[in-house]
Parts: sequence; C-alpha cells; structure tokens
Amino acid sequence: MKTTMTVNGQVRSLDLDTRTTLLDALREHLDLKGSKKGCDQGQCGACTVLVNGTRINACLSLAVMHDGDEILTIEGLADGENLHPLQQAFLTEDAFQCGYCTPGQICSAVGMLQEVAAGLPSQETESLTGPISLTDAEIRERLSGNICRCSAYPQILAAVRRVAGATQ
Amino acid sequence: MKPFTYERASDVASAIQAVSQTPGARYLAGGTNLLDLMKLEIETPTHLVDVSRLPLATIEASAEGGVRLGAMTRNSQVAAHPDIRARYPALVQAIVSGGSGQLRNKATTAGNLMQRTRCSFFYDTAKPCNKRQPGSGCSALGSLSRANAIFGASEACVATHPSDMAVALVALDAQIETLRPDGTSRSLAVADLHRLPGTSPETESELAADELITSVNLPPPAPGGQLYRKVRARASYVGGLASVAVAGGRLVLGAVALKPWRAETAEAALASGASRTEAAMAELAQAQDPDQNAGKIALVRRLLGAVLDETNTGRGA
Repeated sequence: MKTTMTVNGQVRSLDLDTRTTLLDALREHLDLKGSKKGCDQGQCGACTVLVNGTRINACLSLAVMHDGDEILTIEGLADGENLHPLQQAFLTEDAFQCGYCTPGQICSAVGMLQEVAAGLPSQETESLTGPISLTDAEIRERLSGNICRCSAYPQILAAVRRVAGATQ
Repeated sequence: MKPFTYERASDVASAIQAVSQTPGARYLAGGTNLLDLMKLEIETPTHLVDVSRLPLATIEASAEGGVRLGAMTRNSQVAAHPDIRARYPALVQAIVSGGSGQLRNKATTAGNLMQRTRCSFFYDTAKPCNKRQPGSGCSALGSLSRANAIFGASEACVATHPSDMAVALVALDAQIETLRPDGTSRSLAVADLHRLPGTSPETESELAADELITSVNLPPPAPGGQLYRKVRARASYVGGLASVAVAGGRLVLGAVALKPWRAETAEAALASGASRTEAAMAELAQAQDPDQNAGKIALVRRLLGAVLDETNTGRGA
C-alpha cells in the first residue's frame, strides 16, 4: 500500500505491506536505525519518535496510518553539526551506558518538554489548575515509558533537568 | 500478524458502512491495544477501518452545562484541557495514572473504553481462555493472582477490565453516544457499556461490532469531592491492582471486575448512616472467593476507606 510521509524533513514514498509498523518502516525501509526495537509492544519506549510533534511508540502504529504525517526521529534532531540541546546534555551528563534506549529517551524527552509547556498534567502534578513545576519527580514520572536496562536513570534525569532548567 | 487490508475513513457514515459490510472488519483508532493483540494473533481482523482522523476529536461545552468529549480525542488531549482539569479532576487523575506518556498521546477516549483485558492467560496463547477461544476453559480460575476479579466474576472468566479512565467516567455518570449502520444513534451510560462475563465472556460490551462510539458526554459535575486513586506494583506505568474513583458521592472500584464496579452497597451504607469503615467492610463482604482473594479484599477495603476519608465522603470512624 502506497504511503507518503515526511521523515526528518524529507518526503519519503513507500509501498508497504499493511502489517508494517512505523518502526519497521523507519528501520527496514528507510534505513533509519536510530529508533530501536526493544519490546515491540509499547512497554520499553526505545522506539519513541515524534509524529506531528507528539511523541508516540513507533512499534504500536502501522506505517499506513501515517500517510501525510511528519515524522521526526533521532537522526533528524541535530541541526547539521550542532547537536540538539538534549543530545548535548546526554553527552555532558554521561546519560547512557550501552546506548540502546538513548534515541528513544531523547525523543521522548523532547516531546515531554513540549507537553509540559502545553500544560499537560502528570500524576505528580500538585495542582491540576496551577502552573507545572518540573520537579525531579515530574521528570521521572513523565519519562516512565522509557526503560533503561543499564539503569542510567540518575544521569538521564540530570540531562533532562539541565535542558528543562535552561528553557523554563 | 495475519494479513489485512486497510482504509482511512473519510467520514463517519462511510466508516460505519465499511465495517458493517466487510466481514472481519474492525474499527482502528489509536491502535495501541488492537495492534498489540494483532501481533499475538489474538485479534485477527481482515480489514481495518481507520477512524482516528474522523472529525470526532473536539472537546466542547454541552447544552446541559457539561462537556462533550469527541470519541477520537486523545487521552493526553483530554487530561490537558482546562475545563476538564478544573471541573473533572478525577478524570484527569485516572487518565494520567494509565499507560505512559507515549501511549496517552495515541490512545483515544473511545478506544480506551473498548480496550481488552490484560489477564495474563488471555495474552498467553498456549493456555485455554474462554474470552480468546470460547469453551476452552478459564486458566485464571483458581490461580493465585491478585489480578483476578473479586466481583461479578463467573466460572467462565475471572478477568478484570483494565481501564482507569472508565472507572472515573462511571463515577462522573458519563454517557456514550453511538451511531449505527441504519443511521440511528443511541445514548448509553458508561456504567452499562461493559458486560460481566457470565457464560459468554467473549462478548465484552453492549455495542454491536459495527456500532461506532461518537462521543462521551460528561454531565455537570455533582457537588462533592472528586478523587481517583490507584494502587499498583510499582510507581508508574503498570495496571492497577485496585483503584477507587469518587465523584459526587458515587463510589466506583477499578481492577476488581470485568467492568468498573459501582460500590452500591457502600453507597447505601453511607446513606443510611454507617461509618466509612463500615461502608467499606459492607462492600467487601460481598467479594467472591474470600479465602483465595484475601489479600486483594483487604487492599480494596483499605483503599476505599482511605479515599472516603480524603474526600470527606460520609461519616468518619
């Protein structure tokens, strides 16, 4: 089935089996191997990408559902040689060990910071009607859909806090 | 995954006709539960009608002073809406306690209601399950599992409904609106949407396979405190062992039955002057299989008591 998506700013047309997930389309058909397949059932977050600016699990979506969508993956985050602030913060804070979950962690954090700016509460939000203060508990909760098997959580938290602090 | 064909619906009426006229067709919204089950071949639709882009994704004030949630609103969209945050805090609390940030961005209001149980035996295709294969038996029956139902279960099925959101919607007295192939619509309380297992646990809701939910309608919130509280095995991103929603004096329990469980016995006890503790005990006195479910029964009793205290519902001590 013909599907056209804009991936990292480039229009890409594919002819896919309807069963192809967005993740497999990115990895196997567009050779964008940054997004990872961990659990393939939405539990680990390694496949997180941004679709029309919103973070989702690419493994739990069919590619054909995304005809006309704009997809941003880890490969599209940097501006040329200039890393995205979250990519730089992950380096600065040494926020990974094996690196397998890192693209998903970073894409998830990009989407998460936008959700906070848009006023989306979490279960850690003190007041549902007041401003959101991005505490450590908030960051942990909002990134709970991304698992790190090496358990680099303290450094991931520090990296996200570094960028959140700079933008708030 | 079994092969299937796919179409993106262009309007509501043609979506319903497509599902109605194509054998094996299913509606596809966010897909977070359906695709997971299709990968395991527990769900094997032959045709998917993608309704996620239909113009059913708005949140509007209703004529009655409540709020109308379009069926295709995303869970995170609902939780972020200023009116919902201000007037229906229990709904926000329930939504943000379910799934992960990524899933809530994709999952829809109607899809959340129609999601299927997470009973481990339903997912384990090597084991009998009456829901998956009617007549094959229930592997969960008699298993030492805190995931099992303690209310409304049958010899055929002891699974629970996994939705957090639905529990809050029942406490808020929400109604769904549906459309059918003949063009007629109907309203149904969320409380009446899901079926208890009985002898046919494979039939999970009152909706026909081609009946499309178009909206979920919240009446104006009744006076009184609102709260949704969920207890679970870890702090985030896992299904509840039990949950309680309180809104306007309505008490609803989650993860204890194959539908959100209205705690009518506790409500009646409070209305007749019983204390909160007595009301919680009265409700849990009716729990099934008290020996096997002892741990869960104690958990729900304490949780219900704590939520009544915190919302100052009924008489203390």
